[in-house]
Amino acid sequence: MTKKIYLDNNSTTPCDPRVVETMLPFFNEMFGNAASRSHPFGWQAEEAVDYAREQVANLINVDSKEIIFTSGATEADNLAIKGVFEMYAKKGNHIITLTTEHKAVLDSCKKVEKMGGDVTYLDVKEDGIVDLGQLEAAITEKTILVSIMFANNETGVIQPMKQIGDICKKHGVLFMSDATQAVGKIPVDPKELGIHLMAFTAHKMYGPKGVGALFVNRKNPRVKVTSQMDGGGHERGMRSGTLNVPGIVGFGKAAELAQKEMKQDAERLSKLRDKLESTLVNNLEEVYVNGNVEHRMPHVTNLSFKHVEGEGLMMTFNQNIAVSSGSACTSASLEPSYVLIALGLGDDLAVSSIRFSLGRFTTDEEVDAAIELLTNGVNHMRDLSPIWEMFKEGVDLDSVVWAEH
Amino acid sequence: MAYSEKVIEHFKNPRNVGTLDKSKKNVGTGLVGAPECGDVMRLQIEVDETSGTIMDAKFKTFGCGSAIASSSLATEWLKGKTVDDALAIDNMDIVEELALPPVKIHCSVLAEDAIKSAIEDYKAKNEA
Repeated sequence: MTKKIYLDNNSTTPCDPRVVETMLPFFNEMFGNAASRSHPFGWQAEEAVDYAREQVANLINVDSKEIIFTSGATEADNLAIKGVFEMYAKKGNHIITLTTEHKAVLDSCKKVEKMGGDVTYLDVKEDGIVDLGQLEAAITEKTILVSIMFANNETGVIQPMKQIGDICKKHGVLFMSDATQAVGKIPVDPKELGIHLMAFTAHKMYGPKGVGALFVNRKNPRVKVTSQMDGGGHERGMRSGTLNVPGIVGFGKAAELAQKEMKQDAERLSKLRDKLESTLVNNLEEVYVNGNVEHRMPHVTNLSFKHVEGEGLMMTFNQNIAVSSGSACTSASLEPSYVLIALGLGDDLAVSSIRFSLGRFTTDEEVDAAIELLTNGVNHMRDLSPIWEMFKEGVDLDSVVWAEH
Repeated sequence: MAYSEKVIEHFKNPRNVGTLDKSKKNVGTGLVGAPECGDVMRLQIEVDETSGTIMDAKFKTFGCGSAIASSSLATEWLKGKTVDDALAIDNMDIVEELALPPVKIHCSVLAEDAIKSAIEDYKAKNEA
């Protein structure tokens, strides 16, 4: 096989050729600074940015004035969390989030704690979904923000956004969501769901890297965030810095394409995903699907291949297929995926996990090839695995006294 | 992180994969590591009792590519060595041979532990 199979679209997606084509003139022909108000070069750039802002806003059914362009979802997460913490300091200092959030949210929350904030990290249920009762019980008079991701990057599990929005509304708390994995892949309508701030990015939806957005609700309630990047007062004073015009134009085009093609992509990919998942589960023994399978992104599956270590397994096929593993064997103390651990998986299953994330350019043939390579890889690794041999001999692995190191 | 060519070579063509009869008096078995740590190595040696030379060595490893390569290399080195010479194998020799990066040094430590544990088992069986 010469062509490499890319099943890691949750990490990043390739730029759609139609996006690249749209961006190119903005590098040299129309290179103006969108903030240059005094000449046509600037006007042209501003017009392009305005158009892209509309395209992005349309995708999530909001007003274009509610889109703040950033360098990506990480910056948008930082701006939302730290910005709300600073802006609403008089109201309170308490933030609620989940243990399974992306590091951009978790580390922003840790920074908030250093700045005197109080953060509650809620555990999720075994299927990866928030316990709504626990969430409501965690809200106090000091709570200013609930930050819960739309869809998880590792498992694809989708949270009950409408119910969370309702709880936040009932208690007068702002609701922020890192929707990086969901926007452009499934319908996302923050107004309808009661989301006040929402972070997302272009490069997860076939747009370029280095550009993202924060949706900030303007009416009922009017939400404000304290800027984290100061300078020329761009983006309604919430995010200074010369706009990345080619990137924003590409983001806009990617949003437009996603809006048009989302439904057909999702239908096709969920069929391919189901085929990949069910064939591997049927072909091989001891394969487990991680996370809720009903409330899940259509293109993602996270599987644990018991008694096979994920990084080793990937090495059997990583010349041909790109995937991610919940195992990171990089130090004396292995750090398995904290997301899978939060789902209650033992460390042994977490280190045996592989995330497959399909995308717009994934083909039927590629999925068939992946199934074959995966099946061979798992069988190869199990032939090499002493614990697989013990398991097949009927040894109770829990009763073995391991020489831990 | 990219693996060294030697690691890839051992990973693709692991030497001496298999199982020796652990009930035999001249077979020593070492099982080190833990599944939740992401590495388990089982290394076995079969010793010629008159000469004290290791005639055969086998391994099975649950772990990353470096762990598999480290144990594969260890079995290669063990064959033909006396038990006492085998005890002198140092994990840093494995690191050097396989060009393991610092984050993978623990794989070589585990291989050294597995060698020592297998020899210990053999000696314990033959002391009585």
